[in-house]
Amino acid sequence: MTTKVGIVIVSHSHEVASGTAAMVRQMVGEDIPLAFCGGDPDGGLGTDVAKILAAIEAAWSEAGVALLVDLGGAETNSEMAIEMLPEARRHRVVICNAPIVEGAVMAATEAWSGASLDEVRRTAEELTNG
Amino acid sequence: MDVRLLGELIDTVVRQIINHADELTALDQAIGDGDHGVNMKRGLEAVLAAREELLAKPLNELLKGAGMQLVMKVGGASGPLYGTLFMTLGKSLGATLPDRPALAGAFSEAVAAVQARGKSQAGQKTLLDVLVPLQEALQRGESLPGLREVAATAVAATRDMQATRGRASFLGERSIGHIDPGARSSQIILNAVVDVLEARHDD
Repeated sequence: MTTKVGIVIVSHSHEVASGTAAMVRQMVGEDIPLAFCGGDPDGGLGTDVAKILAAIEAAWSEAGVALLVDLGGAETNSEMAIEMLPEARRHRVVICNAPIVEGAVMAATEAWSGASLDEVRRTAEELTNG
Repeated sequence: MDVRLLGELIDTVVRQIINHADELTALDQAIGDGDHGVNMKRGLEAVLAAREELLAKPLNELLKGAGMQLVMKVGGASGPLYGTLFMTLGKSLGATLPDRPALAGAFSEAVAAVQARGKSQAGQKTLLDVLVPLQEALQRGESLPGLREVAATAVAATRDMQATRGRASFLGERSIGHIDPGARSSQIILNAVVDVLEARHDD
């Protein structure tokens, strides 16, 4: 089970991140590593590199971790967090260019089936491209 | 190492950002999500809290440390952007105060790193619309009052730009007519640095 790709949800809002994670859990149960974070370092709307790093750690899988993010700063802060990871882990974390709720559900469903990190990302991104 | 000078630079930059936090928030409410002032204030207060620890370091480590505070504490996209600016300055500079060409070279590398981080370039109504003209001005050896003038002109020029990067890009043409909050915060930081350096020349 730990070889399934992990999913991390990064929103500006703790409630959006938490609600999205609840929807994912309803779809795929407890069988994939899943973590979420939302809110700036003071608890207001925003994102927090430290919380993103902690969420990646919590959802860590040897198969890799796929991030779903909402607006601009969530992406920039997630890219920053990925660069701060140890070299060996950095290349096994990707940000999916997909809408956060639909993307998280699609990515998690794909991850649950045992797909690779590339396949998980591609499936989530079909929502944007297709 | 001129610890007194570096201390004054930290104090003045922090004070000027805090003094202008409400203005930055108002600018961001017009075309963004209204958090730029609060975010920058939180980031710079974290730098101030680490002041003594930072001043005990050589210049390159001080800059990297200050940049890391901004990355970890700002909470918006401006955290990684300004954080990358200062961390790259730290990587490019040595342990002691640089001469003018070394500073210009390091600043060019730092601005290139911000462009890569933001996947952006000048003309998209962002902080780069101030940083890029400043980089060019440093390269040609502009005076301190000249740098202030370049930044002021650059900020004013963002008023007529349409945002194509960042939150303001959602507004499309409606982003025209407001100056960019990130451009303005870059100008505030530059002016704070120039204030300190000019006062030093007057000593």
